[in-house]
Amino acid sequence: MPINKDAVGKEWQPVTYEVGLEKIREYARAVGETNPVNLEREAALAAGYRDVVAPPMFCVVYSAPAMGPAVLDPDVGINLAAMVHGSQEFVWGEPVCAGDVITTQPRLADAYEKDGRGFYVFMSESTNQDGALTVRGTWTNIVRVCES
Amino acid sequence: MSELGDLNQGDSLPELRVTPDKYLPHRYAGASGDFNPIHIDPEFAKAVGLPGNILHGLYSMAQVAKAHTDAAGDPRALRRLSVQFRGMGMPEQEIVVTSTVKEADGGRVVTDTEAAQGDNRIIRNAEAELEVQ
Repeated sequence: MPINKDAVGKEWQPVTYEVGLEKIREYARAVGETNPVNLEREAALAAGYRDVVAPPMFCVVYSAPAMGPAVLDPDVGINLAAMVHGSQEFVWGEPVCAGDVITTQPRLADAYEKDGRGFYVFMSESTNQDGALTVRGTWTNIVRVCES
Repeated sequence: MSELGDLNQGDSLPELRVTPDKYLPHRYAGASGDFNPIHIDPEFAKAVGLPGNILHGLYSMAQVAKAHTDAAGDPRALRRLSVQFRGMGMPEQEIVVTSTVKEADGGRVVTDTEAAQGDNRIIRNAEAELEVQ
């Protein structure tokens, strides 16, 4: 089964996510974060943040809802049963705090075959309510192919 | 944060060690919204050929991120992190994150970093960039 490159460059509907204080706390606790700026408002304000600040990897919480429809799009044609998350890069901009409204725009940046596997490279750009970039993500999914 | 500026090429950041308990993947699923059954259902995971339910790769990546924000003392310091997911991470096994400085230039530090459970390197070829504000 050859890699379908027709969808390269496709952009999907941006998805907006409103960042709740308790969601940041829930995430911070799940990953074992103990820095008070990620948990307590007073500590975050004292450190110069607008409110409790999300750990950097919280970006997966607010950007994943935008990525789902892209990965599942029949135009891309990923066989989910044969897919693994191969690599990931995030480049961070403005910190994300409780009360922020983040909009994430997904795009298929590349699709290619290498060593009998399909590589699907999705990019995401997330911006806050002021239009400032909070994170740019590169999500590479690898699919076993050539099984036809 | 001042310690970051004192780092030189070849120095190590403090190791991060964490043992995710049996139910950690369930809590991470709730926190992240990723309820893929390979992470939370041991029977499903075995049925698709895995040894058991496996850790979310992005949870392990978060531990690599945490090793760096802990070293810097501030979440703002982490500017970039790129990782490759390779071996599968398992609950109830200790994760060790190790990081070595490969570039240090004033307030900017780049590390080679990885996460392993014993000999199983679950995140490798990873690179992080820290910056003192």
